Amino acid sequence: MRGSLFESPAWCRVQCQRHCSQTPHKKEVPCVFGRPPQLPITKIIRLSAALLACHRRRSTPTAALSLPPRKTKLCSVDAAMATTKPRLSSFSRNLSAVSSSQTPGVKCGPNGTMFVSSGIADLDRYFEILGGGFPLGSLVMVMEDAEAPHHMLLLRNFMSQGLVHGQPLLYASPSKDPRGFLGTLPSPASLKHDKSRDRESEQEKGLRIAWQYKKYMGENQPNFDSHRVTHHYSGADNKQDYCNEFDFRKPLERHYFTRQRVNCVGIQHSKNLAALQEHCASFLAQHQRNDGSSALAGRIAIQSLCAPQCEHSNMDWEMLSFIKSLKGMVRSSNAVVVITFPPSLLSLSSTKRWQHMADTLLSVAAIPDEDKELAKLLSGYQDMVGLLNVQKVARLNTQVPLILEATTFSIKLQKRRFLVLECLNQAPVDGSSGSSYGTSGVFLQLSLTQKCYIEQLRMVSKEMDR
Amino acid sequence: MENQNLNLLDRALGLDGPSEPWPLSGRVVLIEDCVETSGSFVLHQLVKRSLSPTSSNVIIFVAFANPFSHYDRILRKLGCNLVTQRDNKRFIFFDMLMLRCPDEGKSSEGGLVLLYEKILKTICGLPGDKKDYVTIMIDDISLVEVAANGGSDYVLDFLHYCHALTSEFDCSLITLNHEDIYSSMERPTLILQMEYLADILIKAEPLSTGLATDVHGQLTVLNKGTSHRLGRSGNKIHNFHYKVKENTVEYFYPGSRV
Repeated sequence: MRGSLFESPAWCRVQCQRHCSQTPHKKEVPCVFGRPPQLPITKIIRLSAALLACHRRRSTPTAALSLPPRKTKLCSVDAAMATTKPRLSSFSRNLSAVSSSQTPGVKCGPNGTMFVSSGIADLDRYFEILGGGFPLGSLVMVMEDAEAPHHMLLLRNFMSQGLVHGQPLLYASPSKDPRGFLGTLPSPASLKHDKSRDRESEQEKGLRIAWQYKKYMGENQPNFDSHRVTHHYSGADNKQDYCNEFDFRKPLERHYFTRQRVNCVGIQHSKNLAALQEHCASFLAQHQRNDGSSALAGRIAIQSLCAPQCEHSNMDWEMLSFIKSLKGMVRSSNAVVVITFPPSLLSLSSTKRWQHMADTLLSVAAIPDEDKELAKLLSGYQDMVGLLNVQKVARLNTQVPLILEATTFSIKLQKRRFLVLECLNQAPVDGSSGSSYGTSGVFLQLSLTQKCYIEQLRMVSKEMDR
Repeated sequence: MENQNLNLLDRALGLDGPSEPWPLSGRVVLIEDCVETSGSFVLHQLVKRSLSPTSSNVIIFVAFANPFSHYDRILRKLGCNLVTQRDNKRFIFFDMLMLRCPDEGKSSEGGLVLLYEKILKTICGLPGDKKDYVTIMIDDISLVEVAANGGSDYVLDFLHYCHALTSEFDCSLITLNHEDIYSSMERPTLILQMEYLADILIKAEPLSTGLATDVHGQLTVLNKGTSHRLGRSGNKIHNFHYKVKENTVEYFYPGSRV
């Protein structure tokens, strides 16, 4: 049974019966749920119970459930590390998963902030606890690795997402032909059944949970891949998705980057950053935030700001001044700025200043090709192209820092088409050792969220056995 | 002050005594933090304490990092309405986000001189009774340096002038700076001079074991003694852990949760 929206246990039962009657010869019937984020965990348990009951009656031995764990509630369970119910503060957010009709691609979040998608579903899901994406009015910085261009993948997804939603884009780059870069932007993966077929084959060999779950616990290697369903609703137009899945093998259609929507600026030959600052100022002036009204969101992408071929690259204070004024301008506007820079080209002290100015700070690192030690530590090492580390998360309008369990992701290009981020879980830190900010460590195969949800399913099946 | 719930930070700062005279009058407070642990929550706490109903402080807040709406939202959750205080002339906000001192020649300091004059004018313009209880807060000094195009000499001059105000008008000066920017420098003049000038040094840093959800970091408060209190002398160092929440900040000694 493959479907995307299951409203009620009764409907679920009907669907199950219908499917099972059509395929009576099949011993194992994988059933897939795609759960929209607003269903609470209690409803999922009820639905799962209904499904299990249905299959029990039909004497089919296995029902496979693929339920993306709802990161918000389960994350707070992780944080409490206890079975007590997490106490939500009086300022807990009411997330509306569907964006308002006037502003496609913009979601409301807590503390009066609005969010746009980063273009990478896994990153949005990671930031779900914030609001699901980058907050408008914030500055995102990505620290590049000189050895590998993985920051370009992030930048491409970010830019494509904005263009797909019709959000104007300002792109600055030190290359000779910035406009040419637009030809390498990925297009949203369009064919739904292609993806669902992929998902199917993954499910078949991937996550399989049944009331005889113990049999499968050892084999399970769940990862976020099998849960990549949340952001696609069946029948919905691709454009209305908050976050699209981008296919790097398919270039974005040219009609998306008309002159009105995209402005490309080259920064290699200008003497200083005054011209770029002018461009940014005029761009942000069009996206001023007025209380109450929801103007279209804008995106600014600046690639390799301190690249050595630029004349301003040795003017430390000039660049800092530019970033400071850009940050000041963007705070009062409905836009997100992403700046990538190679920290190895700046002095240590300058790098720290840049890091302090960022609201959200990410860093990418290359993974060496044939590293036996890493291959032992990381699962799926052969598919990884790099690592992404989340060092700082934007805290606009709030003083509470965001400390999440996992801050390091592995970057994979699935089938060389889709950008996928997977959490690398770290074991608890030994108190006697020093800083724990590195990416090495012992990695758990099964994350805590999976265990919690499997535990609840086990309770459900126990109920039914009685 | 006695009626309020005092936490470890208040005690370390000496705010647990009588509120008249204001314990921080004429003193310089420096808050240091780093990328991993932000120290702005200390600033918010001090704003809240300064604007408490029992005291008659006036705050001049010079903001280089965030706009008014950011502080307003945060302080509202902490129980302090900045809009009302601003209307009552107890909270004066200078938005310096877009300040950029002109590039060429000696007018590079121009912007900071003007800022100092503005602060001085504001203090002199206050009614007589309020003039004695002014607190100047600057968030944060590293951005003042950027605004001055790296002229840390000008920033130091500006700070020295503000320091002179603490003896002239008995106001207190509270500043925030990022200590990890200077730790890799050969001659970190600015931070060393600020640390020397400061009467109270508050340092927010992560635990040696890293970041955790239960304990967000540790605070070290160095209180260099005061001439107001008889019988108390010398430096006192306090160290405790903290956890930042929306409505409050919890401070507790290592290993104990209050």
